[in-house]
Amino acid sequence: MTAAPAADRVRLRTRVLGAQPIGGLFALPYLVFVGVIFAYPLGFAVYIAFHDYFFTAPGVDVAKPFVGFDNFVSVLTDPQVLRSFRNTAVFLVINVPLTVVLALVLATALDSGVRWVSAYRIAFYVPYLTASVSLVGVWMLLFSSGGLVNSVLGPLAPSPSWLINSALAMPTIALYVTWKQLGFYILLYLAALQNVPRERHESAMTDGANAWERFVHVTVPGVRSVTTLVLILAIITGANLFTEPYLLTNGGGPDGASATPVLLIYQQGIQQQNPDTAAAIGMLLVIVVGLLSLVANRVNREA
Amino acid sequence: MRFIRPCALVTSGLLVASCGGGGSESGGDSEAAAATGAIEIWLSNNEQELAWGESVVEAWNADNPDQQVTAQEIPAGSSSEEAITAAITAGTAPCLVFNIATAAVSGWVRQGGLVDLSSFEDGTSYIEERGGEGAGAYAIDGSYYQLPWKSNPVMIMYNKTLFEEAGLDPEDPGMTTHEDFLAGARQIVESGASDSAIWPSPTNEFYQPWFDFYPLYLAETGGTTLVEEGAATFDSDEGRAVAEFWATVYEDGLAPKEASTDDAMSAGTTAMQLAGPWAIPSYAETVDVGFMPVPTSSGTEDVYTFADSKNVSMFTTCENQGTAWEFLKFATSTDSDGQLLELTGQMPLRTDLAGTYADYFEANPDYVAFAEQAERVGDVPSIPNSVEAWQAFRDGYSAAVIFGSTSIEDFLSQTSTEVDELAQG
Repeated sequence: MTAAPAADRVRLRTRVLGAQPIGGLFALPYLVFVGVIFAYPLGFAVYIAFHDYFFTAPGVDVAKPFVGFDNFVSVLTDPQVLRSFRNTAVFLVINVPLTVVLALVLATALDSGVRWVSAYRIAFYVPYLTASVSLVGVWMLLFSSGGLVNSVLGPLAPSPSWLINSALAMPTIALYVTWKQLGFYILLYLAALQNVPRERHESAMTDGANAWERFVHVTVPGVRSVTTLVLILAIITGANLFTEPYLLTNGGGPDGASATPVLLIYQQGIQQQNPDTAAAIGMLLVIVVGLLSLVANRVNREA
Repeated sequence: MRFIRPCALVTSGLLVASCGGGGSESGGDSEAAAATGAIEIWLSNNEQELAWGESVVEAWNADNPDQQVTAQEIPAGSSSEEAITAAITAGTAPCLVFNIATAAVSGWVRQGGLVDLSSFEDGTSYIEERGGEGAGAYAIDGSYYQLPWKSNPVMIMYNKTLFEEAGLDPEDPGMTTHEDFLAGARQIVESGASDSAIWPSPTNEFYQPWFDFYPLYLAETGGTTLVEEGAATFDSDEGRAVAEFWATVYEDGLAPKEASTDDAMSAGTTAMQLAGPWAIPSYAETVDVGFMPVPTSSGTEDVYTFADSKNVSMFTTCENQGTAWEFLKFATSTDSDGQLLELTGQMPLRTDLAGTYADYFEANPDYVAFAEQAERVGDVPSIPNSVEAWQAFRDGYSAAVIFGSTSIEDFLSQTSTEVDELAQG
């Protein structure tokens, strides 16, 4: 008669805490981390975006009324904000495909046993490990008006120069970020390539497939899940662009051609003390990035 | 000291916001105002200023064992203002900061972060006796949330060696009018003496106008600030003249549109910069520099310029405001100001500078021009949304003047309207 309630209690506990409750305990630090570092600030940002909000000293009690969608209307009718999203679109159109293609091709080359493979791996990975601030300094020397690139190009050098040319500033940043991040994505692809069975390549060779056909029909499908990951990570990284337009093109220049939403969040939220409109831009960015990531996931799955 | 009084009226909305909950805290009449004890202060990271600060703190601590002062550099950040804004929000601001930019003050008042120094019994009288008539320019509706401390009057600094190579007289370049300045600048570039004649930073930060457009605008107008009586002033003949002057500088390739990757004066890649007296010790070892007033269209004498002042504010988180106020007076006394002048070359914002420190100027003739210029300066107006207004100005200026993608007429009229709205609060 007493066994049934005891079994019910065990079932209930298993349903709530899982088969291994101790596992939940181990996961707790990370859950706390996610809650404190991500969930709470995100929730607070949503609150700020719907209020007439500004930061005050502790103990200063000032009305911060609910304003509905006013902050969103304000930023969506601001030409600078709209332009920053267009600039980001330009960046993503260049950076994301280039990242996927170059990372996959270079990883495949490294995986095929080229000579000095370790040297290449280090060469690709060092930019990723190096602080962007120091690399930006190098790129400024390379791409400034009197820089090395223009000296090599001579009369073919663009005028105005790369970083102060409205049409070239964002593509230059996209190239820079592609180069800087490539090492990380190559590593992801290298790991994925290890998992593509050699038998598939051998079978394709037996069927008479050449190297290009094996790449398209064996390698690419074999690393599809990593391609989805690379797409999503590249989209998220690109949408959060800040350091490069802040430093490489001197605060989103020339004339706002490389301004990004995060740069405007910094200007409005930190410098101008308007965290409410800054939070509204942030919310829009979260929505756009979420939608793009969903699309990337869906497209790659169906392909 | 003649000092142009900018519009110091801040809309009632801003004051309501700032005083709403901080009424008792923002004044010096609370318990904290009389409290004494240990305090903390922040100083800029300028090497000479740090040396001055440490020396003043040491002298104070020797005489006040029960009211010790601890000094440290302003924490690292993209700018001092951002670090201070964050500290106000977090409640970790020190008692005093000796490096306050006027443009940030209205925002901090709105945050409820600053103590109204006028609420100390001798607050207003001390500030006005020390700073004279010009001190009023720093008040917000009659209340001093900052003590005007020191200025760095902006002048044209030039490399005498490069001027000589270009065939210009390094002792009297004769570049007082816009026309003569442009002619001299062309001579520098065409002679090959330097790649560029002048190199103001073309970057997009809100404060960059203070080192290109604004000094020349103050000079052109005889000291009219960017906003007066709640309205933008620069959509005018004078504003147009200065904007066209700089547009010509950029169009003719006399100034680069890119930021320098190193110190252009030291590297010799430019022959001129706009700078204050801080530049004298900074370049003492590397460049033989001269200074001349900023040009005007007609070459007027006794021109005005931008003060580039840095001031001192007390923060509401300060528990021992009595000590903080006494230390502030000690650090801005005649003796401490003299020490500041001697160690940093920066001009204390006090009356009769040249007379008070006659011995110093006799021994340091390089600084005499700055002392004279300090008599004719204008500062950033105390307006609501100050940083936003300057950012709007910079955006419009970059488009029209630096990159030429819009017309100067459109820049002046559109930005003026935008600044009008922001200045209304």
